[in-house]
Amino acid sequence: MKTLFDKIWDAHVVSTVEDGPTQLYIDRHFCHEVTSPQAFNGLRERGLKVFRPEQTTMTADHNTPTINQEQPVSDPISRNQLDTFSKNAADFNMPLFFPLGHIKNGVVHIIGPENGFTHPGATIVCGDSHTSTHGAFGAIAFGIGTSEVEMVLATQCILQSRPKTMRITFNGKLGEGVTAKDLALYMISKLTTGGATGYFVEYAGEAIRNMSMEERMTVCNLSIEMGARGGLIAPDQTTFDYVNGREFAPKGAEWDKKLAYWKTLKTDEGATFDKELAFDAADIKPMITYGTNPGMGMGITESIPTLDQIDEAGRISYQKSLEYMGFEAGEKLEGKTIDYVFLGSCTNGRIEDFRVFANYVKGKKKADNVVAWLVPGSWMVEKQIREEGLYDILTEAGFSLRQPGCSACLAMNDDKVPAGKYAVSTSNRNFEGRQGPGARTILAGPLVAAAAAISGRITDPRN
Amino acid sequence: MEKFITLTSTVVPLPIENVDTDQIIPARFLKATNKDGFGDNLFADWRYNKDGSPKADFVLNNPKYKGTILVAGKNFGSGSSREHAAWAIDGYGFKVVVSSFFADIFRGNALNNGVLPVIVSTDFLAEIFASVNSNPEATLTIDLANQTVTNNANGKSESFEINSYKKECLVNGLDDIDYLLSKKDLIEAYEKTI
Repeated sequence: MKTLFDKIWDAHVVSTVEDGPTQLYIDRHFCHEVTSPQAFNGLRERGLKVFRPEQTTMTADHNTPTINQEQPVSDPISRNQLDTFSKNAADFNMPLFFPLGHIKNGVVHIIGPENGFTHPGATIVCGDSHTSTHGAFGAIAFGIGTSEVEMVLATQCILQSRPKTMRITFNGKLGEGVTAKDLALYMISKLTTGGATGYFVEYAGEAIRNMSMEERMTVCNLSIEMGARGGLIAPDQTTFDYVNGREFAPKGAEWDKKLAYWKTLKTDEGATFDKELAFDAADIKPMITYGTNPGMGMGITESIPTLDQIDEAGRISYQKSLEYMGFEAGEKLEGKTIDYVFLGSCTNGRIEDFRVFANYVKGKKKADNVVAWLVPGSWMVEKQIREEGLYDILTEAGFSLRQPGCSACLAMNDDKVPAGKYAVSTSNRNFEGRQGPGARTILAGPLVAAAAAISGRITDPRN
Repeated sequence: MEKFITLTSTVVPLPIENVDTDQIIPARFLKATNKDGFGDNLFADWRYNKDGSPKADFVLNNPKYKGTILVAGKNFGSGSSREHAAWAIDGYGFKVVVSSFFADIFRGNALNNGVLPVIVSTDFLAEIFASVNSNPEATLTIDLANQTVTNNANGKSESFEINSYKKECLVNGLDDIDYLLSKKDLIEAYEKTI
């Protein structure tokens, strides 16, 4: 009896190093401009070619502007990094290269699934911790460092220690106005940022089964924020329907063969996990974070924990965190004025997030005190926003769209929140300085972000 | 990679928990296309004022504390997979990071760059902080061969975990790519089974 994780892992073991890691075969490698240049340099220094170029998909996303992409990138250092990315793709004859301006360009974890590169049962890596996103399809997907990027380019394998397994079950249904992001922030607040370190997590239960692929991707995306190596969800009809027909998905007889295999990809009844947790989905409310790591989250109507609720060893860090945010222990945040709203990123930059946001702001007006950055995750999402009429709804409500990229999620480009300003952000990290030096990030789902953009304050979208 | 065997050094204490990779090296410094120079921006936002002058209250700017061992609070290196964090720590001159808990990806990245992450118990970690607090000249000894860490101020030792493959790599200065390249035949054989 095996877990879903065991089945996929075991099918990809090439060899096992004695008292050491496993040599794991990688089906799909995603690659972006920030964590790959040193890996390509490594290949050059060793005189190596890319072993399986067709198994690497390359897109520029982290260090790209979200306005005027058709013009030369103004920052010379960023431009050099993007040029290096293009040169590496050309020098190593990489066939799947989607640079800035390409119709398939966008955030790596968004363009992968939407083009059909992400399949159930696959092993997927990328030099980016949010690679866990692809686990939503029932894949083993995880982030790697640049040395490992080099290993995959050189050999299509990496060396990994087998993680422990955990299953987290969400029983029952999510309440009205509660999104997949709220579920994830709730879970991370319960587990803390290190609570799943060393584990690969399978998400299960009615609330997960009821989710669309976009919602499942949001949940799996945030696995890393509780330290998990990755997260995955058993593929089902929702998964197959999403993958079927996409450009790089299997076709014809190959599809039938793959589908038959994919249908076997679930945890056997009676298989054991190293750890099991269960939550009641009905307990989850719209969530926000109040501190400087994603584990510092609470229901939007709740108060920030007081110092006596914090472990003694963690109090210095806790106080430092609240001081950075300009919040007091015990304070309520509902009604607090905010300055920026960011909708986007590999966590919440998919079409469904824009639907949720647009549906809330329809017929309303953006608050004057709010700067809103709405950044589609890809050109395909952007196109869909226009086709579905969401663009008009957003424009009428006073919003505009930027061009695709990681943008203010990590603020490598000019999309930086100024020091001391509060941003309600649908991204994944509220670390100090993450959205710009001194920026204060409040993580939330797309619905809470929409409510904040309209009222200019932290607002419960259920009201 | 440089070979690692044993090390005795004074330490730089950073008793903060959940030090994430955005603190170790903020994203705006990730635009380089080589591995050099990241040490200058290690902990940049804690270390420098806006005008680039050093913040006097940050430990790296305190001349009392120096050495090649960084000792940090639990869950060090959480967040992004950026290997630039390991390059920054290595570039600054740290050879070892001691904590009671490390994030997975950071731990792997450190090992792939010859920086040894040493996991100690919560009590042992608290004692190191206490020893350094009362005497900044207090030293730790890391013995990789015997997998022990010793707080020389109180003479206490603890053993730490590392798999024998990685230990071998560190002792001999080898990396995973060398190993994987030697297994090309196995990889091609595996591909035929897919």
